[in-house]
Amino acid sequence: MGKQIFYEDIEVGSEVTPLKKIATTKMLVQWAGASGDFNPLHYEDDFAKNLGVGHPIVHGQLKRAWLVHLMTDWIGEKGMLRKLSCRYKGMDYPRKMKGFDDPVDGETWWCKGKVTKKYTEGDQCLVECEIWVENGKGDKTTPGSAIAALPSRAK
Amino acid sequence: MAAFIVTDSLKAMIGRAEDPVVHKVEEGAIQRYARSVDDPNPLYNDVEYAAQSQWGRLMAPPGFSGWPVKAKGFDMFKLFEKLQKAGAPLGLLDGGVEFEFFGHIGAGDMLISVTRVANIEGRETKMGPTMVTTVETTSINERGTVVMIMRNTLLHF
Repeated sequence: MGKQIFYEDIEVGSEVTPLKKIATTKMLVQWAGASGDFNPLHYEDDFAKNLGVGHPIVHGQLKRAWLVHLMTDWIGEKGMLRKLSCRYKGMDYPRKMKGFDDPVDGETWWCKGKVTKKYTEGDQCLVECEIWVENGKGDKTTPGSAIAALPSRAK
Repeated sequence: MAAFIVTDSLKAMIGRAEDPVVHKVEEGAIQRYARSVDDPNPLYNDVEYAAQSQWGRLMAPPGFSGWPVKAKGFDMFKLFEKLQKAGAPLGLLDGGVEFEFFGHIGAGDMLISVTRVANIEGRETKMGPTMVTTVETTSINERGTVVMIMRNTLLHF
């Protein structure tokens, strides 16, 4: 997490500090346990093949959780996320593991965003952002948006 | 290619709420969740740090409301089965999600989560005739505050 940002520091077009993520089969196992999503689509080759996606894919809700991480890191402890939505537009495939902690070389994902609007509502200072997960080819596989309340220097 | 036709037995499921489920938000569940996302934020991971923060306790990342996260306190797969018995196609993918956050959730909170099918409609997608279901879950804490509403879009094809 970086230093606390304030409403006055932000302009329309400001960048949300990018966040790097590497999806691995290990991360998918961890997410399944932590989230309770044990859909075989995320670990069973034949099941994924029969559904027409080729191989087990990264959970949509895990990518959603990455986007929450992107936003909460950026708005800091004094900010509050009000809304977040995203669409699972493209499939993402995890890297396999070659050691207990080492994934094989391969794709790296970036969570990114930019401010599309800033406004006040009552005593709330709000920013609206376009956010997305970008795969190794630069495709936005998980586009979305978020609204967050930021602290103001004036208060 | 025609859009999926929503049958009367599927239409009858719209608006029907599943049984409410009570969750206690546990420290270990929050920590395991944060670790699985690879989010080292000390508010979600470090009990001592969180105790010194403005909240005084370990906090949950937005989107977490106990365990299981996705099922929000009931077995989502059972709902899938009910939808399939009522005529939903067997292919199923997550289409997206929308969250509204009204308050913070932290360790020790008791949450009541109620899930209902908010909408079912037929659409034509790249998978062919597709049934699109919106499942809405509302989580309320023990103080009676609605803390979160989640709307999941499911694609049945």
